[in-house]
Amino acid sequence: MIARAAIAALLLACAAATSAVDPVSPNGENAAGMSALDMRLKRLEAELRCLVCQNQTLADSNADLADDLRREVRSLALAGKSDDDIKAYLVARYGDFVLYKPPVKPITWMLWFGPFALLAGGGAVWWVVLRRRARSTTPTATKADTAGEMRARKLLNGEDDVAV
Amino acid sequence: MIPELGHFALILALLVAIAQSMLPLAGAAYREPRLMALAKPAARAQFLLVVTAFACLAASFVGNDFSVQNVATNSNSELPLHYRFAATWGSHEGSLLLWTLMLAGWTFAVTLFSRNLPPVLLARVIAVMGWVSVGFLLFLLFTSNPFDRLVPPAPEGRDLNPLLQDPGMVIHPPMLYMGYVGFSVAFAFAIAALLGGRLDATWARWSRPWTTVAWAFLTIGIALGSGWAYYTLGWGGWWFWDPVENASFMPWLTGTALIHSLAVTEKRGAFKSWTVLLAILAFSLSLLGTFLVRSGVLTSVHAFATDPARGVFILVFLALVVGGSLTLFAWRAGKVGLGGIFGVVSRESTLLANNILLIVAMASVLLGTLYPLFLDALDLGKISVGPPYFDAVFYPLLAPAVFLMGVGPMARWNKASLPDLWTRLKWALGVAVVAAVFLPFILGRWSPLIAAGLFLALWVVVSSIVNLRTRLAGSHRHGIVAKLAANSPSYYGMLLAHLGVAVFIVGVTLVKGYESEQDVRLDLGQTVDAGGYAFKFLGVVPGPGPNYRALTGTVEVRKDGRLIETLKPEKRIYNASGQTMTIAAIDIGLFGDRYVSLGEPLSADDIDGAWGVRIYLKPFIDWIWMGAFLMALGGIVAVCDRRYRLAIQRRTGAIGPAASAGAPAN
Amino acid sequence: MKSLRWSLPLAIFVILVAFLWVGLSRDPREVPSPLIGKHAPAFELAKLHAPSETLATADLKGTVWLLNVWASWCVSCRVEHPLLVELAKANIVPVYGLDYKDEPDAGRAWLAQHGDPYTASIVDRDGRVGIDYGVYGVPETFLIDKAGVVRYKQIGPLTPEALKQKILPLVRELQK
Repeated sequence: MIARAAIAALLLACAAATSAVDPVSPNGENAAGMSALDMRLKRLEAELRCLVCQNQTLADSNADLADDLRREVRSLALAGKSDDDIKAYLVARYGDFVLYKPPVKPITWMLWFGPFALLAGGGAVWWVVLRRRARSTTPTATKADTAGEMRARKLLNGEDDVAV
Repeated sequence: MIPELGHFALILALLVAIAQSMLPLAGAAYREPRLMALAKPAARAQFLLVVTAFACLAASFVGNDFSVQNVATNSNSELPLHYRFAATWGSHEGSLLLWTLMLAGWTFAVTLFSRNLPPVLLARVIAVMGWVSVGFLLFLLFTSNPFDRLVPPAPEGRDLNPLLQDPGMVIHPPMLYMGYVGFSVAFAFAIAALLGGRLDATWARWSRPWTTVAWAFLTIGIALGSGWAYYTLGWGGWWFWDPVENASFMPWLTGTALIHSLAVTEKRGAFKSWTVLLAILAFSLSLLGTFLVRSGVLTSVHAFATDPARGVFILVFLALVVGGSLTLFAWRAGKVGLGGIFGVVSRESTLLANNILLIVAMASVLLGTLYPLFLDALDLGKISVGPPYFDAVFYPLLAPAVFLMGVGPMARWNKASLPDLWTRLKWALGVAVVAAVFLPFILGRWSPLIAAGLFLALWVVVSSIVNLRTRLAGSHRHGIVAKLAANSPSYYGMLLAHLGVAVFIVGVTLVKGYESEQDVRLDLGQTVDAGGYAFKFLGVVPGPGPNYRALTGTVEVRKDGRLIETLKPEKRIYNASGQTMTIAAIDIGLFGDRYVSLGEPLSADDIDGAWGVRIYLKPFIDWIWMGAFLMALGGIVAVCDRRYRLAIQRRTGAIGPAASAGAPAN
Repeated sequence: MKSLRWSLPLAIFVILVAFLWVGLSRDPREVPSPLIGKHAPAFELAKLHAPSETLATADLKGTVWLLNVWASWCVSCRVEHPLLVELAKANIVPVYGLDYKDEPDAGRAWLAQHGDPYTASIVDRDGRVGIDYGVYGVPETFLIDKAGVVRYKQIGPLTPEALKQKILPLVRELQK
């Protein structure tokens, strides 16, 4: 009862909170603000690395070269080039270093597929460990057991969920 | 005079640390009580000496002693007092001294809270921590002496990096280091167990509070760093997967796995060697982080000024400490014992899965952080691995772990029943799914990622409520208050920490899903609308600061015509260094921030004209740090459990055979 | 074997340390050029000392030449400049200068003050040719062969070691 009331209250709170979230249009743009092109360029530039201030994205850096490159990117976009074209243009000049999202090629296979290979490996380890540690049979209570004996057996087997 | 005193104190501290690391260890090996008894006094003496050294350096900073190289490079007489003090740890040398101070402090704490520890174990733990202290003191004295003199003394200092002149700087490194260094205690316990060839539930019970407190500090330290980046760096970001951020996150992930693994070892005697390995791993990652930040192998916005000699030293130290521990592990882990049996569906198995997922996530972060270095070392070219990679890889790995957070606490130890779990949880699952599917529509935009994030957060909360309800229903006490009181602080700590995770996930999901950015040129008096708010730009005026010149903008924020807040973003030009900093102005709200920062003036000479202004809307962003705070609070609450009981036992004397065997009810 | 399992963490760690050790001798900030082995990007720019004339990459086909990116505002350029002046005197290989994002007047004045080792200097006002060449800092120097293929890039100021051990031997080989 209480639990259900608590959950209902939680959901009501969620609904109330949603009214507090500022409504946004699909791309987060609003009147008198940034154009669709600007938004696209911001997103693209956030994936590119500034070569001078190497810990900032091209979108955020104040370096001169960053200014120049942003100008280049904009003129390429206005000339109709796609995001991939623009990235290829920069990679041809600066190498893969300029991409914050490493391309998927043989030397980066271990990078991209490694985590999931590790996960699969981890899953296998989990399964093997469980198989080894699983109990083969479970002792069950017989009619002659008193309540106390049953409880004692449960405690001895660790079948108590009291402990955290 | 004072710097020399500090230098001398460090040298003495090194000598004491050498004694601390060797004599008690020999005492433990030969069961010689007098040698073992040296552990506590040695540790305490070392602590006092390091405190003295730190105080001397701090005094030099506060007193503007520019004859000390470190002070001249990192401070300035115009710097306000609290920043002059914080500048003590604003450099490589100073922060290393802070590290050493923390380490001495934690060792000191171990000497205080170890009355029930067998002398052999205590001696080994303190000796191992002594080894680490020796390494850091050697590093300080031979490659990074903070007390080097500058002859002739500089007339004025070069000033603290403006990025660091901020309250966040004062508190973030100390918190972070408390966490990093705190894992050395768990590490020392693990090594001591391997040396002794014995590991049981009691060992886990002693280790647990230390590990949890260190973890809580690390959580706060990382959260502070993230919050600091958010309001200091001026572009609204709060996590960049920067190598140094990753260097702090990896020990955190491992530490989280460790506190869960310790629970199993304590309660069920299982996962013993795995727990020992995790303890070694967590601290090793702390040390690796120290290496990455100070050696120059990775570019990072956090990196200290680097010097190849330092890099070599830390790497050798790392190789010795970690290599030594892993060798010991390889040799002795088998003897430590395998531990209990448990069923395929059980709390142990869910915790094992939790651990595996956390470690795989940590390994992925490590892989991504070091991959550019791997390729470069093999002459295969240079690549960059940034947020697009980490975001793509990390969230899918952690999502199942979060899902398990709802299942694990409901599962019984040793053998749980899947049908039983399903019965208890299916309702919670349904509620979470339905709410997660519908909420995004109300919020403004539906996307699978937003729904997934909301589902996970709601699932954790609802399943926790169900768990609490089940507990209360199964309690033999009468009355809601008594029922609640029957549960231990460690239980409430868990609920709180898990709630913190849910809150954190809500913050991350909603910010990433619904944040918006406007980068616009505004004339004086011009207004731009964003997300239901109107931002009116009222120009920029120059003004002086304590050690900088400021250009302060005024932006009025209105909702439905009503003025909510007047924001004052700044551009500061620091006098000593000439560096410019963009200080954002933030209207903080429970359900979102309005974040404004100044770009550049439209014409470089005319600050009274139009300016570029960046306006960000960040829904629910403060939930990220609130969630982290709740997690840390949960950890602290959980730790209150143990000590309280030990204190009761000490005060009331022997309660019975069970008590003296050191086994409280939980 | 059971004991192998316990040694796995150590083995992984040893490999990691090996990589970190090698990493200590690498510079993570250095961005290698993807242009090595490819044709030098074509340009046609006005000469610094004769603004009405232009110099194009096509003009330089058939010679081995160096392209040195410099600017009057560049501090590190002053460090390498004496080396370039000496190199020009030795007359081994022509050096062409790319005056990058600079005011032509300032560029001319700088050369007058520090010496002009360049067979000719061209002006890249907006830096577009620099971008084509993947320039991300000043100074940088490119070695281009007779066919117009980029053979070597020096990032940062030229050093006597780099000249002696890498650039000049390569120049001699390419000039055969």
